[in-house]
Amino acid sequence: MQLWLIPALPLAGFLINGLFGRRFSKGLVNAFAIGSVVLAFLWVLKTLFGLGGIETAYTEHYFTWIQSGALSIDCDFSIDRLTAVMLLVVTGIGSLIHIYAIGYMAHEGGYYRFFAYLNLFMFFMLTLVLAANYLVLFVGWEGVGLCSYLLIGFYFDKKFATDAGNKAFIVNRIGDFGFSLAMFLIFKQFGSLDFAGVFKQAPTAPVAMLTLIGILLMVGACGKSAQIPLFVWLPDAMAGPTPVSALIHAATMVTAGVYMTARSWQIYAHAPIAMDVIAYIGIATAFVAATIGLAQNDIKKVFAYSTVSQLGYMFVGVGCGAFSAGIYHLMTHAFFKALLFLGAGAVIHSLSGEQDMRQMGGLRTKIPWTFGVMLCASLAIAGFPFTSGFFSKDAILLAASHRASWLYWVGVFTAGMTAFYVFRAFFMTFTGKYRGKEHPHESPPVMLIPLVILAVLSIVGGFAFKIPDFLHTVFPAVESPEELAPMVIASAAGLLGIGLAALMYVYKPGLPDVVVSNAKGLYTLVYNKYFVDEIYDAGVVKPLVGGSRLVLWKGVDAGLIDGIVNGVGARAKNLGGLLRLAQSGNTRSYATWVAFGGVLLIFFMALFGGVR
Amino acid sequence: MNLLLLTLLLPAAGFLLALVLPRSSPAASRYWALGVSLGTFVASLALLGWFDRSLGGDQFTVDRLWIASPEIHFHIAADGVSIWLVLLSTFLTPICVLLSWNHIQNRVKEFYAFLLLLEFGLVGVFLAQDLFLFYVLWEVSLVPMYFLIGIWGHDRRIYAAVKFFLYTMAGSVLMLAAIIYLYTRSGTFSYAAILDQLSSSRLVFSPFEQMLLFLAFFVAFAIKVPLFPLHTWLPDAHVEAPTAGSVMLASVMLKMGTFGILHYALPLFPAAARRCAPWIVVLAIIGILYGALVAMVQPNMKKLVAYSSVSHLGFVVLGIFSFTQLGLDGAVYQMLNHGISTGALFALVGIMYERRHSLDIDDYGGVATAAPWLATAFLITTLASIGLPLLNNFVGEFLVLQGAAIANFRWAVWAAVGVIFSACYMLWLYQRVFYGKLKEEVRSHMPDLTLREWAFIVPLIAMMVWMGVYSKSFLDPVSKTTARVLAQTQVHIPERVDLQRTLRTEVSRAR
Repeated sequence: MQLWLIPALPLAGFLINGLFGRRFSKGLVNAFAIGSVVLAFLWVLKTLFGLGGIETAYTEHYFTWIQSGALSIDCDFSIDRLTAVMLLVVTGIGSLIHIYAIGYMAHEGGYYRFFAYLNLFMFFMLTLVLAANYLVLFVGWEGVGLCSYLLIGFYFDKKFATDAGNKAFIVNRIGDFGFSLAMFLIFKQFGSLDFAGVFKQAPTAPVAMLTLIGILLMVGACGKSAQIPLFVWLPDAMAGPTPVSALIHAATMVTAGVYMTARSWQIYAHAPIAMDVIAYIGIATAFVAATIGLAQNDIKKVFAYSTVSQLGYMFVGVGCGAFSAGIYHLMTHAFFKALLFLGAGAVIHSLSGEQDMRQMGGLRTKIPWTFGVMLCASLAIAGFPFTSGFFSKDAILLAASHRASWLYWVGVFTAGMTAFYVFRAFFMTFTGKYRGKEHPHESPPVMLIPLVILAVLSIVGGFAFKIPDFLHTVFPAVESPEELAPMVIASAAGLLGIGLAALMYVYKPGLPDVVVSNAKGLYTLVYNKYFVDEIYDAGVVKPLVGGSRLVLWKGVDAGLIDGIVNGVGARAKNLGGLLRLAQSGNTRSYATWVAFGGVLLIFFMALFGGVR
Repeated sequence: MNLLLLTLLLPAAGFLLALVLPRSSPAASRYWALGVSLGTFVASLALLGWFDRSLGGDQFTVDRLWIASPEIHFHIAADGVSIWLVLLSTFLTPICVLLSWNHIQNRVKEFYAFLLLLEFGLVGVFLAQDLFLFYVLWEVSLVPMYFLIGIWGHDRRIYAAVKFFLYTMAGSVLMLAAIIYLYTRSGTFSYAAILDQLSSSRLVFSPFEQMLLFLAFFVAFAIKVPLFPLHTWLPDAHVEAPTAGSVMLASVMLKMGTFGILHYALPLFPAAARRCAPWIVVLAIIGILYGALVAMVQPNMKKLVAYSSVSHLGFVVLGIFSFTQLGLDGAVYQMLNHGISTGALFALVGIMYERRHSLDIDDYGGVATAAPWLATAFLITTLASIGLPLLNNFVGEFLVLQGAAIANFRWAVWAAVGVIFSACYMLWLYQRVFYGKLKEEVRSHMPDLTLREWAFIVPLIAMMVWMGVYSKSFLDPVSKTTARVLAQTQVHIPERVDLQRTLRTEVSRAR
């Protein structure tokens, strides 16, 4: 079926635009960049029609990548229903965002560079979802991280942007540390990294080993999917252009962690402790990020923390064994969060770069199309009945209620907060009086058409694509009768959140200030994101850098080791001089011998003194 | 004529003829060096073409009597590991010629003569099969490097050159003593004959003897690697050396140490090597973390890359002393990878030094705006260096860490932390040099890559991609040879039965 064409098309787009794009006209850059992604989308459709139902995985082998001893890593691509969902989300939404970016980036420098990076991202993301073993998945995993780094730091003359890029890469590396260790253990245990081989043997492996592997994999997922304690990079990642935030930092890349854990469900199925850890981390992240989202004034920051929070929901789904619910929410979230970001981008675009919601307001009449699509997205994320978010969030909360009731209630409370902060942003942007100075203008059709398509998907995507039914061939069935009560309660929480936001930001505009002044400490804590960045900086970064400079470099290297070496050298000179009095010899050779003795001494000291 | 002999002797002949070229025409020296080094590279490519990839043993053997008494042979041969190191040397020498083209303006003739002599020594070290010949070539390679640093280096070149020389000499003298001891016991300098005597128990060392001999060899090699805490010559030598010197030093000379461990120290003294392995691994891991942390705080670009070498070479040593097939393959692959990517890093730093005349990171900033292609080349090299998949270092690091994990999972945990740090120091370097506002003094000094620079950057990047995407073209012969080394080191250590047993089972599982 030529699966390789799916990632190869955007790769070709990247190479052509990357190498020659500087001399191309914008039209030509568009042709290669957008053309390659849309072709990839069409190729996905053709492949899926060709494969029919894909009851079982279909695999293609290309070449052996690494071969050493018993280890053989093949470059294989495989497609099953889970992959199919991911492929459609990635190429479908990817295509829309590429088209949108034509309009959004029209006046920016580095146009060809932007699209080259975006194409490269598509290549790696598609490799990630098509991979048939952990190491090829890891190729995509690291590759999307690279593209994220490049695109966050797209405006590379601005220090905050490149700082954010570095932070994203390094924090992800910490997660990848866990992922790599998990791979080492998987190979050690199963003698293979192929999904098929590993999962077939998984039931026979010791539970302790599976638990360790599961938790280490989850550390990797925490990095990529911005979960506690590694979530700090994602809010900063908003320094990149808004289409990037929509595509990479909302719809696709950040969900890779959820995809990977769902893909590894056979490992988790036998490691209940690891599952619990995932669920707990997920619910904690969902809750904490939502509280931070309550107090942000930058429209992209609100949605960034919202993304962190929604990813937490997906983790809860996976952790409760409702893998298909996690993927369900992954898909609907891709619809409405991409739309929220792109809509926010349209707002920012119309205000010539303004991101502070305090400088907005009253935009409903000025940019009505953007207002309309943002309303759809906000309703979807708030879980308004029968929108897409309603179905997927319900599936997750239902699974949570079967696992533990407190999980469910925290989830419901968070759903209420979600509705509140999203509609807070919505009202601050679109209702009331316009507070800014710029002259807002509606976005061009090339931006609006993708927005409208996404708006339709946000509303109908939930019942149009019943993911849990579709994925029953991949995941074990979850025996959970459709219960009405959890659904009604969750929806009510969402409506309550919307109502509260309307009360505070539409009907009683003085109320937020009253609330803030009454809970000053709490507000400061939340507004400053619980000072997590500051704690990491003071607790990890500063000691590490300072210690390396003062203790390791100046102390051990220049002071201790070189001090001994040079001291031995100087003493050797003196000794050589003395010996020359006794017998005429060559100073150099004596010096050499003594220097050697010193070196040997250090070696032994290090070997036997320091180690034990 | 034997191709191997041709590959070895071409640079030697080139060196001799370079000496008689007219001093008045530096261009003649440049073109001569370029021609000879390219010719040598072609010869080594032909060597590769005729190399039988299905064999693990020696090929292209040339064995002539050199000195009658004591019996010393001019005995050279290539195996699946040394052939790649030879190719690495012959690949990088023309690159060094090109990158020194404008950089070296005084004593041009001598410079290129020494460069060719260096190539001869390096190629010879990897091919020698006679211990005496090996020692001679080991020292031969030392001399031109000493002069390259001492004559064409930066301000503190004399200090650095002497430090480099004394450090290395201290080790090699020990090795000489051990070689002589081996000769007195076995009656031969032939490496194959000594191994044969050992395996047939005609030559038996007591554990104490073996330990001392192993340490003598190992310390000589460890200084060259360099293994923590014997590394302090390296930053000085790198910072003071001219660009070509840094490239050859990092890319090839350091591999003399790891090659020596793999080729000599392990097969000759397997029991001692296995007994020391846990301690050596600890030093290697300290080196990985320590090198990375110290690199993180360097204000000087070359010093940063130098300390990163300490870290990278720690992975090689870790892989070797994991005593697993994966670890050994990864170690060899990592030797080659480090040669390519760190060589490219030094070359690119050299390019910037030629323009801006500074190695201080603070003197840069915004280079990506002024020289986008230079920035792109540096970015790809940076990514290769920090082990991004589809580029070369990833394959090596993965194999080393996987091998270490098979031997002892805790080793892999510690070493993998180094992978995090490597991203820190390289990305911070990249940010400070290439990103940010373009300073005026950078703008006026930073033209983009010239055609000559493209000519040596593109092959380096092509190798990074090739080695990262299709490692099979390289690893097959390596595996054959490392499997042989692994077989030679399968020994029983009575004192450490428990360790031995776990290692055994894990090794056999890994194979």
